[in-house]
Amino acid sequence: MITVVLPAHLRTLAGIEGDAELEVEGKVTQSAILDALEARYPMLRGTIRDHVTLERRAFIRFFACEEDLSHESPDAPLPEDVASGKEPFFVIGAIAGG
Amino acid sequence: MSGVRVLVGTRKGAFVLTSDGKREKWDVSGPHFAGWEIYHVKGSPADPNRLYASQSSGWFGQIIQRSSDGGKTWEQPGTKPGEPTTTPEGMPMGESNKFVYDTSPETGKPLTTHQFYDGKPHPWEFKRVWHLEPSLTDPDTAYAGIEDAAIFRTTDGAQTWHELAGLRGHGTGPRWQPGAGGMCLHTILLDPSNPNRIFVAISAAGAFRSDDAGETWKPINRGLKSEYIPEPTAEVGHCVHRIAMHPSRPNVLFMQKHWDVLRSDDGGEMWHEISGNLPSDFGFVVDIHAHEPETIYVVPIKSDSEHYPPDGKLRVYRSRTGGDEWEALTKGLPQSDCYVNVLRDAMAVDTLDSCGIYFGTTGGQVYASADGGDSWAPIVRDLPPVLSLEVQTLR
Repeated sequence: MITVVLPAHLRTLAGIEGDAELEVEGKVTQSAILDALEARYPMLRGTIRDHVTLERRAFIRFFACEEDLSHESPDAPLPEDVASGKEPFFVIGAIAGG
Repeated sequence: MSGVRVLVGTRKGAFVLTSDGKREKWDVSGPHFAGWEIYHVKGSPADPNRLYASQSSGWFGQIIQRSSDGGKTWEQPGTKPGEPTTTPEGMPMGESNKFVYDTSPETGKPLTTHQFYDGKPHPWEFKRVWHLEPSLTDPDTAYAGIEDAAIFRTTDGAQTWHELAGLRGHGTGPRWQPGAGGMCLHTILLDPSNPNRIFVAISAAGAFRSDDAGETWKPINRGLKSEYIPEPTAEVGHCVHRIAMHPSRPNVLFMQKHWDVLRSDDGGEMWHEISGNLPSDFGFVVDIHAHEPETIYVVPIKSDSEHYPPDGKLRVYRSRTGGDEWEALTKGLPQSDCYVNVLRDAMAVDTLDSCGIYFGTTGGQVYASADGGDSWAPIVRDLPPVLSLEVQTLR
């Protein structure tokens, strides 16, 4: 089971409290996690990555195991600790202040 | 028992304001979708409890919300809890926030670029839905005006959206350019006497009309003069801020342009200026009295860079003669030190016997007049900046 930590607004949209727990089949990559997330919560389609190009939205970043994985290939394997469920996969929105 | 429901979109959520027909005491509900920009909320004329809302954010993009109980509860169409997430054929559901430009060879043509601010070709990029216009007759049909400018339609209650690509494809699209607020399609008017006729307006391209239910379009900008563009009387390139139509007289249109207030008496074939004695003919909103088609309202703004009322006085101007002769309406509105703006979709009217006029400001006030504009009072005064306002008259 893979744990995905979502920003508060996306948890509200998806109607979930806490983190998303997902089963991911096959190789665990960013794409595989986001595919599973969007299949389970289709209301999140388009909010993290583009509907068509599947590119990450500009103000969204991906982190895991204290590393910024935003610029890694979406099809690159994620760290074993994410795949095993030991560490969560973070979807993070840019900080806004002012 | 009659009543009024005011649907307010703000920078940080939606609010629903309700009152009985006296319009003296108001109930305020919200924020709905707290923290999100709500560009527009509008109800279906065919089913007043069916509302559509455009919810967007710079982080997470566009969401479409729908209510079937007048705004008490909301859902993303097609994604109710427990519903299957794929069709029997395995196609994904939950497409209500998917606005993809038509690029098919048959209808999309090679619609590749418009002009950017610097005049260079720039690809169309979907950003957000500015305006939702539900069908006059079918609660499940609605139109969406989007940035970068295009018009989309749903016929399944907003579960899926499809572009009416003839608008971008009619020929002038490559010459459209964004206004300061983006290249948005912000006005959609449906002709109640002719279901095939649709008017739209785009900043900064101009006004357009379809006479075949949105399949083909043509610019309707003759008579517009915009000194801030290279060719002031060009076919397109005008920054139209808002158009209003009275349902009893759909061939007569009123326009608030970047500068100038104008009128057309022939469905947009020709426009002429009616700014008359306005203190400034810059502004965003224009609307029409529910029972007097020659009584119109604007809120003059000082200039294109000074987006606040002249002299710090918030004044609605009313013409009872269809333009040219205007009177200032000030009773109940701040007449000193007021520097708010009233954005293009932030004025509306009700249809009660004594017509109510409503507008919202960037300062978060929503003002209402229950006597056609003679006197005003705030319903609420401390909302986030108001982006849009619509009114439903409930009977």
